[in-house]
Parts: sequence; structure tokens; C-alpha cells
Amino acid sequence: MSLRRYALRRLAIGVIQVLAVVTVVFLLVQALPGDAAVALAGDNPDPRRIEEIRVAMGLDRPALDRFGSWLWGLAHGDFGVSLFSGRPVAEFLHDGLGPTLVLALLALVLLIPLSVLLGVLAALREGGPLDRVVTTVTVGLHSIPEFALAVVLIAVFGVQLRWLPPTAVGADLLASPAVLVLPLVVLVARPLCSISRLVRAGMIDALASDHVRHALRLGIGVTRVRFAHALPSALAPAVQQVARTVDWLLGGVIVVEAVFVIPGLGTILVDAVAGRDLPVVQGLAVVFAVTTVVVNLVADLVVFRLAPRSVAIA
Amino acid sequence: MHSLNRRGFLGLTAGLSIATLTGCGTTGAQTSAPSTPRAGGRLRAAFAGGGAKEVLDPHLANLFVEAARSKALYDKLADLGPDVSAQPRLAEKWEPDAALTRWRITLREATFHNGQPVRAEDVLASYARILDSNRAFRAKSSLALIDLANSRAVDDRTVEFALKRPFVEFPNVLAAFGAYIVPAGAEDFTAPVGSGPFSFVSFEPGKSVLLKRNAEYWEGAPHLDELEFVIANEESARTNALLGGQVEYAHDLTPTTARSHSGSDRLAIHRAPNSAVQAFAMKVDRPPFDNRDLREAMFLLADRPQLVESVLAGAGQVGNDLFGKGYQHYADDIAQRTRDLDKAKFLIRRAGAEGLTVKLDTSTAAAGMVEAATVFADQVKGSGLTIEVVTGNKDSYWADTLKNGSMSSFRSGAMPIETHIAQRLLSGSGTNVTKWARPEFDALYDRAVSTVDAGERTSVYRDMQRSLHAEGGYLMWGFADWIVGAAPNVGGISTAPANTLDWARFDKVWLG
Repeated sequence: MSLRRYALRRLAIGVIQVLAVVTVVFLLVQALPGDAAVALAGDNPDPRRIEEIRVAMGLDRPALDRFGSWLWGLAHGDFGVSLFSGRPVAEFLHDGLGPTLVLALLALVLLIPLSVLLGVLAALREGGPLDRVVTTVTVGLHSIPEFALAVVLIAVFGVQLRWLPPTAVGADLLASPAVLVLPLVVLVARPLCSISRLVRAGMIDALASDHVRHALRLGIGVTRVRFAHALPSALAPAVQQVARTVDWLLGGVIVVEAVFVIPGLGTILVDAVAGRDLPVVQGLAVVFAVTTVVVNLVADLVVFRLAPRSVAIA
Repeated sequence: MHSLNRRGFLGLTAGLSIATLTGCGTTGAQTSAPSTPRAGGRLRAAFAGGGAKEVLDPHLANLFVEAARSKALYDKLADLGPDVSAQPRLAEKWEPDAALTRWRITLREATFHNGQPVRAEDVLASYARILDSNRAFRAKSSLALIDLANSRAVDDRTVEFALKRPFVEFPNVLAAFGAYIVPAGAEDFTAPVGSGPFSFVSFEPGKSVLLKRNAEYWEGAPHLDELEFVIANEESARTNALLGGQVEYAHDLTPTTARSHSGSDRLAIHRAPNSAVQAFAMKVDRPPFDNRDLREAMFLLADRPQLVESVLAGAGQVGNDLFGKGYQHYADDIAQRTRDLDKAKFLIRRAGAEGLTVKLDTSTAAAGMVEAATVFADQVKGSGLTIEVVTGNKDSYWADTLKNGSMSSFRSGAMPIETHIAQRLLSGSGTNVTKWARPEFDALYDRAVSTVDAGERTSVYRDMQRSLHAEGGYLMWGFADWIVGAAPNVGGISTAPANTLDWARFDKVWLG
């Protein structure tokens, strides 16, 4: 199958996937106990008032009707307005996307070279002291949940030693990069472990493979064989893991955002679900679904190029 | 007594923090004495926020951060004093007619941030907006007894309100949560204009609101040049930001944080006693708690000091099954209930409820509720009754427990005792979670709110409280302190209960 046909087919499937996700999200939020009116009424749940809020928000319209008009708006690039503040959902997405993108991109920029380097080094020194140290550290670090790591880092470097700001409260992320250090360490720690392990394993397999041995027999330089012949096929599984990591990063990395007070997409999602603010939840679902589909598509295309045989012709 | 002690308490805490500072000489940097007000500076205050729910429309205010911002930007006609009684604010004075159905309000000379005077017309327009039948503002039910069609502006600074029935507690209405005065016709709150001590500079929803000093404020300009509200939903993040010097004020800290940082030279803990009542609500209209003996047994099973110690980490006081400890009209002459297991066992047997299992609904909708339910379930063991704790959805908890179940965790912030009764204990109350509906109790309330003489009125309130104490549905076991943390150089933080005028009030605060 040609790359182009493969891409087009995957794209068509992607559109269906996005529609399915937003439909499921809509149904799930509907199934949650209470609606936006109940959430807004909070500890003042006078039934008359809840009914008034419901009417004021247009929640008295049938669910299917609301979903239909939302989809219709979406087809015209309109994400609707928040039930609570009346602000356009697009504005929420725009506001939240900024910090999350900054974090995600910086994390990737650090993550990819670091994990490849670490993986390749460990593979080339297989069984040596370096490999064993890297293995021990990555396996150990990977078992620490983000939350715990964040709390420890904040307590030590933020509060005790006062080397770095403990939160990003009220700060402009790019204007004061110091606030990004701890969140990035937390974000990079676990994927660094998993991806470098994959690169290491892939590299070891590739170095032992027939085509690498063949290349060496042909007298091609060792360095060239390692990086031009072995590395690309070693990277294939890692690329797919990177795609999964991107989903995870864009998914807001809710814990990191909450602990470090970074008002990104994760924070918006948590607030919107708690408030049953359906248009905002739906808007986020579209963004996440589209990102996931696109990132995975790109990853598969990259893998297709790197090692055509490893992509199942589905 | 409460108001008398407040100043003394402030002075004492200030004195103590100076003592700590000078005593611990290791940190010479913090030499500023918070006891003398100083002008200038920007105070950054961290609050929990609501993301999508956050707005600067004061009539939509629902969250603590919105209430605090509204207070900085706007004024109400009245607000609640340290004893939770209504105090004049934009209203200089109020005079009812003999029938208590027409109230003449004189406004003080105040101006909005755009330089326009606050006129009677703005007051009427603000109340009309809240009462709009197509909207659902929180203060609507409080203002509902105003007959707006028959109310009028006598002149620019005099409003005459007509009421639908005689109501001597009308100033409580003027102080209602969210009853702020905005300029007539205001609908766009992206750059809000109020008459409060701070004026608007910028707003990033879910992140920050920046305000600046209003030099023309009628009560005198604030000490601070600028006030910034920042959002940090996690309590640990607020504490860390304060410890890291990123904010100077952190709202709503846990007793555990307060305990572990007491005596710290990096942050000062400020407590506001009698702020939030912690309770269990029993529905008196259905089994098993339609049985008065069983309700009394529950009252007697609660080990209140233990609940306060374990759930509130000691940051609170025991309750006596009545709302509003320390507030105006509180019946402090009723003897404090204590645990009496034998009597409770006897009452449970007499009610024929031995071996019964009761579900206690709770959730994390408010801090400490799940813990309190668990501790109480433990205290009930051995009485013949079993309590099964059921944790529900926190987002819809209040609406769920208003309708369903027979016993639930309950928590409420400060409000006048009259308002508590009107909203929760009358046959027609909208949020009557205990389903207390007694015609004779309603009649007492009607009498109280139409009795001009304050002493006589208090005695009617005490009668009502006696009947609630004896057989009501609220097991009010404790009053939590409201805890805020501040940098050691922040002075002027009040210890008035949360939700009252002086709580989260930044025009009286300064940076030392």
C-alpha cells in the first residue's frame, strides 16, 4: 500500500473516531448524577432555584436537541459557549492550550534526544556498569507516580532549599522559565524511562539482526552501521510510545497542572466536568480526540517510513 | 463580647508574631512590624477557583474567591459584622415605618470607579437585575420579599423599599450574599465598575485578577496599592506558594497545615472562629428519625470533643445542636449536650430501633465531612444502632441530600440566625434538608420578624432555638475555625467569621 493511500484511509477513520469520542463523552456527562444547574446551585440547592437556573441555561431542552445544535455549530467551527460564564468555549481552549502546549513541547524537546541518547548508550554498553546504572535508575524512577515525585521535588527544591519556585501561581510561564523546571522534570521523568528502555531493547535487537551483521560484513564503518542501519529500526517502537506520551502530555497532565498551579487544559477539564459544563467538556473532547488521532497517524507514518514491515497492513 | 474582643485578639496576634520574629533572631530579614499600617505594595492572594464558573459579575458570585473579589470591587447596602448582625455600608442608615413594610434607606456619599455618584436609581436597578424573573441569581430568594413595583427613589440618595410583608430583619436582606450594587444598566462585566475599595485593572479567567487602590473610597483608601487574586485549587499549592514567597495570603488552609506551621517564621496562621458549622442532618419527616427519641439518642451519642479534635484537628469548638454560636440572638443559655451512652441506649430501645442500621450519606463536597461521618459511625458502635457511611457524588451532593436519604453530613458558612431559619427551617423553605415543618415554629418566626423590640425578639428566637435543641433534626457537633495563612509581614487580617464583612477584606490589610 502506498503511503498516501494509507494516510487517507487513516484520516477517514480518524474523523469517525473523533465523532464517536464526542458522542460517548456527551452520553457519559449526561449519565453523571446532577447537571450544570445542580452543580452551580452548590450548597444552596433550592429546587425552585435549580429549575430557574436550568431554564436560564437552556437545559430544559431535550438532550438530543442540545447535542444536535452543538454538532451543527461544530460543523461551522463554532464550539458553543460555556453554560456558566457565557464565554465562548473556543476562548477556554485557547487560554488552556497555551500553558499545556508550552509544557508539552518543552517536555518533548527534552524527552526525545535524552531518551534516545540514554537508550543507545545503554544498548552499546549492554551488560556493562553504565547499562546497569541506567537500567536501575530508569526502572526505579518509572515506578514513582508523578504526584509523589512532584511533592518531593517541591518540598526539597521549592520549600526547603528555595532554589526554584514551588508553584507557577500567577506567573507567566515563558517570562519566568524558573517556574517550568520542576514541572518539566516531573513530566519528563517517567516517559524518559519507558522510551529509553524501548530504544535500548530495540537497539540491542537491531544490532543483533541479520541486516546489521550483513552491513558490517560489507565493511561499512561501525558508527555508520549503528546510526544509519540499526537506529532507525530500533526507533520504531519508541516512536509509537512517543505518540502515546504526546496524548498523555496534552491530556493536561492533570496532576502536574494541579500541583504546580498551571492553568492548562487539564485544569479546565477537571473544572468543567465538576461543573457539568457540557459545551466546554465537549470542546475539550474534540481537541483531545483530534490530537490523539493526528499524533498517532503521524507516528504510524513515521514508523511506515522507518520500518515498513512493522506496520500491520490493516 | 465578640466585637469587643476582636481588636484585642488582633493586637495579641500581632504582638505574638513580633515576639516570634524578634525571638528567633536567625532570620533578620523579616524585621517589619505588622502592627503599624504602612501604605503601598501589591498583595497577592491565593484562593481556590472554579475555572469555567469564574465571573466578575457580583450577582453571579458563588465561590469564596468571587465573594472576595466582589467585596473588593463593589459594596452592598449592608454587610455582616463580627457577630453576624447587619451593619450599614452603602446605606448610611435605615428607618422602617411603624408597620415595618416601608423602609427608607439613606445612601452615603459614594462614587463608582468611573466617577459617577452612587444614586438611589443604581440601587433599584441592581435589585431589579437580581430579581429578574428570567435569571437565577443567588440573592434572588433573599430579596424576594421586596415589592419592587412599589419601591421608589425619593431623591438621589434616598430609596424607599416597599415590602410584601412586615419584616424587621430587612437589613439582613441588604447584607445578603451577592446583593451588590452595580451602576444602573451594567450588564457587561469584562471591565467591571463598582464603588468598592479597589478598582479593576485586568482579568485572566481561572488565573488572575488584578485590582488597584481606589483613592476615592468612601471609607478611606486601602493601604495597598495593588491587590492580585490568583487561583490555586490545591490547598498544598496555596501553602507552597506562600512558603515560596509567591503569594502573601493563602485562603482556606487545613488545620493540619496550621498545626505544622504554627510558630513558623515563614508564614503566620490566622484563625476565624465560629465560621463554619459541622453537622449531621436527620430528616424528621420519615423513618427512622421521625421518632423524637431516636433523634435525641443521636444527639447523646456524639462525642463532640473527640470529633473536634480528630476531624477539625482541634481547630474549632464543640457545638450544641444550634446554628450560629457567638452570633446575634444565639441561645447561649441552653446547657451544652455531652455524650451519654446509657441514656442513648435506653432511648434507642424505647424507640424500638435496636439492631437498626442507618445510612449516613456523606461526600467530599466540604472538607472534613467524610472523616466526621466515619468517626461518628465509630462513636455510635455499641449503642444498639449501626451507622453505615455512604460516600456520594460531591458535585451534586447538596441537591441529592436535600431530597433523599434520612441522615447526611452537613456544613454551612456564617449567616444571621434569622436567615438560617428562613432558608432551612420553615415549612416553605427552599433548602429544608431536615424537613422540619411545624406551623407553631413558623408562627414564632413570623412573630420574631415583626417584633420591633430587640430584647423581645431575642426571646422569641431563643424559644425557637429551645425547640430545635430539644427535638430538631440538626446534630450540630462543632464549629470550625476558618484558617488563612499569610506572610509574616502582612498586617490587619481580621478574625471575623468567614462570609462576614471583615473576612477576606483587603482594604484594611497592609504589607509591613
